[in-house]
Amino acid sequence: MMSVLLDVENLWVKFPTRQGVFDAVRGVSFTLGRERLGIVGESGSGKSMTGRAILRLIRPPGIVEADHINLEGVNLLDKTEKEMRDVRGQRISMVMQDPKFSLNPVMTIGDQIIEAYRLHNSVSKSAAYNKSLEMLEAVSIRDSERVMRAYPHEMSGGMGQRIMIAMMLIPNPEILIADEPTSALDVSVQRQVLDIMDKLVKERGMGLIFISHDLNLVADFCDRVLIMYAGRIVEVCDADKLHDAKHPYTRGLLNSLPRLDAPRDRLEVLQRDPAWSDAPSVSGRV
Amino acid sequence: MALTEDNNERRPTRAPLSDTLWPALKTAVRTLSSIAVTLLGLLFITFIIGRVMPIDPVLSIVGERASQSTYDAVYEQLGLDKPLIVQFLYYLWDVLHLDFGTSLLNARPVSEDIARVFPATLELATLGILFGVILGVPLGVLAAVRKGSWIDQVARVLALVGYSMPIFWLGLMGLLIFYGILGWVGGPGRVGIFYVDVVPSVTGMILIDAALDGNWDVFKDAFSHIILPASLLGYYSLAYISRMTRSFMLEQLSAEYITTARVKGMSEWDVIWKHAFKNIRVQLITVIALSYAGLLEGSVLTEIIFSWPGIGSYITTALLSADMNAVLGGTVVVGLVFILLNIFSDLLYKVFDPRAK
Repeated sequence: MMSVLLDVENLWVKFPTRQGVFDAVRGVSFTLGRERLGIVGESGSGKSMTGRAILRLIRPPGIVEADHINLEGVNLLDKTEKEMRDVRGQRISMVMQDPKFSLNPVMTIGDQIIEAYRLHNSVSKSAAYNKSLEMLEAVSIRDSERVMRAYPHEMSGGMGQRIMIAMMLIPNPEILIADEPTSALDVSVQRQVLDIMDKLVKERGMGLIFISHDLNLVADFCDRVLIMYAGRIVEVCDADKLHDAKHPYTRGLLNSLPRLDAPRDRLEVLQRDPAWSDAPSVSGRV
Repeated sequence: MALTEDNNERRPTRAPLSDTLWPALKTAVRTLSSIAVTLLGLLFITFIIGRVMPIDPVLSIVGERASQSTYDAVYEQLGLDKPLIVQFLYYLWDVLHLDFGTSLLNARPVSEDIARVFPATLELATLGILFGVILGVPLGVLAAVRKGSWIDQVARVLALVGYSMPIFWLGLMGLLIFYGILGWVGGPGRVGIFYVDVVPSVTGMILIDAALDGNWDVFKDAFSHIILPASLLGYYSLAYISRMTRSFMLEQLSAEYITTARVKGMSEWDVIWKHAFKNIRVQLITVIALSYAGLLEGSVLTEIIFSWPGIGSYITTALLSADMNAVLGGTVVVGLVFILLNIFSDLLYKVFDPRAK
């Protein structure tokens, strides 16, 4: 039996609006061990909100409710904001979609990485500097000393995302949430970034939540997949059995993808059934 | 031997000096030439204005009843018989020697007048902008961070009042309440009548002159006179600066790198000041520089209400008495202030935004 790092039970994310309360996530439950868990779904299915809710990063007026979000047995919802700051970065970290926007444009890359490390480790600046160089080398950045002095706008997208990974892994967290980490990158560097992330996550025995809308990527890259639709989990399956998925939504998504080995003149169009969004959430617990 | 071993190879390395010196020199030359060109344009415009004004400069000197020969002599003395381009070159030459001609009102060189009135405005405007920045920027940041809260509402009302109340009304009410009724501050003018010309004029700014002289009685009196008009101008710029700060901050706070900073486990205070605020500095400099330039131009109404002998009231008085030398001299000085502040904020951009390099 795999040890459970994260245990989420009945998670809701709500946004009060003038038209009433909008539920972005509606009662999602899952567990995460030292594995690569994929969350797939279309835009607005609540997958990103799920990731951010775990870190309690939903800003007011948004509300996060759950029976519990346990990190190794301790409920994150019971923590004060100050205690949460020790969780963020140090125990659970997150890589976002586009490094162009997720790095501070007016700070050097070195300062940003050093800052991430020193927030959780009381070490001297030069020790943090050396550690940062090591980390940059771990994400295959050559010329790391120059990169430390450079600003984000001087980096390419692929480099930027590897820098993000280095920055988010430098405090050695147990869980990494990767929110569409390759969607903003050129196809040619996507694989490289994924491989680096995969290697580091494996080496460190971390749990990875990989949020993506790319079914094939998730099938390739993850161990287990949650398929979300309208704020709920509609299906859970092993990644290598994704192509045998049963839920009509998953089937519809799969069938709407073009295939090299079975070309078709017309791709299928997803026919949505209102019943899908009313069906209760499937549990993603192991 | 062992001493020469390089065991610090992981220290950050700096680019060689020659690489940083050359571009700096180039920038300096480019900046200076752009100042020169802008200034030339400014002088050309003021010169043309001086010539197209329907005021006969000779007549305003010699008076209406002068004889034709006197008129002709002055006409020639002013160089008005020369072609326009030659006149312009004369004008350039004079201005470069800080000679703006003689004021028709008091027969003193305009440059002397400006040297007297500009420091008065400078003193008032600087205190005003300090007030506006020190209170306005934190207020704007707070309003953005607590968007929609009561603090935000109070800041909004405060700014709205600052924007929409006529400054002469606020000035008169201020004088009535704080000077007339409460007696907390000094009245109109820069110092009380007993303190006029007590301290030697070094900078022309009484607060600084009094401090240099060590005469704290004069300093106190001058301060009690300047505080009301300076707060008024400060309030006016606070209104603008705090609103702009708020909208700049709101834009930055919704940026993704702010989420990154929070994910790192940073405190909200550091997220706001170390990350978001760093990104609005450039925009903020523009706003502050423009407000400051506006105040340096001389807030005519404030200066008139408080009998403040600044450049705004000087130019206005000169204009109303058709004293063109004084008007043009003042205009050149105000224009120069705008140019210098613009250049200064451009230089600051390069310090604060790595992308501008």
